[in-house]
Amino acid sequence: MTTASTSFIDRRTVIDWLGIVPFMVFALAFLIVPTLYLIVGAFFNPAGEFTFQNIVDLFSPSIMGAYWISIRVSVASALGGGLIGFFLAWAVVLGGVPSWIRSSLLTFSGVASNFAGVPLAFAFLATLGRTGLVTIFMRDWLGFNLYSTGFNLLSFFGLTITYMFFQIPLMVLILTPALDGLKKEWREASEILGASTWQYWRMVVLPILWPSLMGATLLLFANAFGAIATAFALTGASLNIVPILLYAQIRGDVLHNPNLGYALALGMIVITGISNILYIWLRSRAERWQK
Amino acid sequence: MKAHKIFAWIAIAIGAIYFFVPLIGTFEFSLRMRRGVYSLDAYQSVFTDAQFRATFGFSMLMALVTIVVGMLLIVPTAYWVRLRLPQMRPVVEFITLLPLVIPAIVIVFGYLRLYNSSSWIPFTGSTQGTNVLLTFSYVTLALPYMYRSVDTAMRTIDVRTLTEAAEILGAKWPTIMFRCIFPNVMSGVLSGAFITFAIVMGEFTMAALLNRPAFGPYLQLVGANKAYEPSALAVIAFAITWLSMGLIQLVSRVGKLSPSRP
Repeated sequence: MTTASTSFIDRRTVIDWLGIVPFMVFALAFLIVPTLYLIVGAFFNPAGEFTFQNIVDLFSPSIMGAYWISIRVSVASALGGGLIGFFLAWAVVLGGVPSWIRSSLLTFSGVASNFAGVPLAFAFLATLGRTGLVTIFMRDWLGFNLYSTGFNLLSFFGLTITYMFFQIPLMVLILTPALDGLKKEWREASEILGASTWQYWRMVVLPILWPSLMGATLLLFANAFGAIATAFALTGASLNIVPILLYAQIRGDVLHNPNLGYALALGMIVITGISNILYIWLRSRAERWQK
Repeated sequence: MKAHKIFAWIAIAIGAIYFFVPLIGTFEFSLRMRRGVYSLDAYQSVFTDAQFRATFGFSMLMALVTIVVGMLLIVPTAYWVRLRLPQMRPVVEFITLLPLVIPAIVIVFGYLRLYNSSSWIPFTGSTQGTNVLLTFSYVTLALPYMYRSVDTAMRTIDVRTLTEAAEILGAKWPTIMFRCIFPNVMSGVLSGAFITFAIVMGEFTMAALLNRPAFGPYLQLVGANKAYEPSALAVIAFAITWLSMGLIQLVSRVGKLSPSRP
């Protein structure tokens, strides 16, 4: 007791800080240090010397190609999912459909946004694969051979529409509260001032909604960018997206340079990190209107 | 009917097609194993597969251990931050969101470099060690969901008053924690637990790269080698997700019915 009272640090303060030590140790050991290890490793060569060569090597055609496909799939599925998700959220909030549709859509979105990974790939193979339900239905009943049009589920387009299955519901879940925040009074006020529906949307709704829309789209983008299981089960290793390249690198050093693998991981962190930071910033702007 | 109402119904129709056709397609495909007639052969083939039972059991056990370990870590932390370290709240919240920012494959890549058999802490040197590391990786993945649901539940109770009341009645820390705080945030603990269950059951990346025989890698293996079983497995996986989400809805509804505190 005497040591505690004579020391400058209050004993209670020490206990206070001890309380979150287990959490901090866990976060450091299993989240922060492993990630930092890769980030630091990206700036060294196998001999242990500091270098920017790995970052430069990321810009080789094969690696850039992988980033480019990944970005395209993520952007396309985020925009496509965002657009359909927005219209769905709009329909249940402002479209005047019965309220049971709203509650079932939200429940279903909670399930579907979590239905990703390997089973999602199976579902789309069973639906749009060569012997899938829709493919066969179109062939037998409409006389239309989907695969003769050059369509292939195991491709950029196929992966995009598969990802949209979890992107659409995620957009619905994020945007519904934002649309709920549009006050009736704003519409009435703009109507009294003589605004058309178009003007109301362009000059009132969009300026209020754009942080939510942009933020949600960025979140969808990051969501698709980091996903691997669906793509892996759908296309095997044939579609060269970044997570699959990284998977192959972890398994068998396909880049023939471990530190280049770290740089590949760093690139992923930078892309998902930037989109998440922008998302958080935009969300804080959006929340101003939802109070 | 107004134009915008028609437009709303069109949007609903497109959404319904997008959601339901793949599910119907999967279900229909899973019944096609016997030529010419619909049958449950694919399901029978799945359920009689010893690998299925082994990997399903393994993932289920992993999910349970993950939930217990995760909650023992997160509930006391969330409680402590609310009670004593409110200034650390943004930091803790930020850390719990990191697993949504850093892709799972990057995290497990770091593990494999940091905890391999020739490192200081050779988790992957033994099967038991790898299982422990896999559990911790799942806790990490579930961190955002667990923390958010527990913290939301904690917002509805007055942590300070509860603690003071328990202290005045002579309760020690374990009693306060397990007989006072845990029961009061049970709705949050349970919804966090169910979503964790759904995540762990379908998880592929961590288990595949740590070489553990979990359900996710098994799904991928079946998908690469069989025709009809994958659809049956997808139906089963979807049922698991539905069950978990349904239970969350149920728990949150029960939580709302119980008398609210200031």
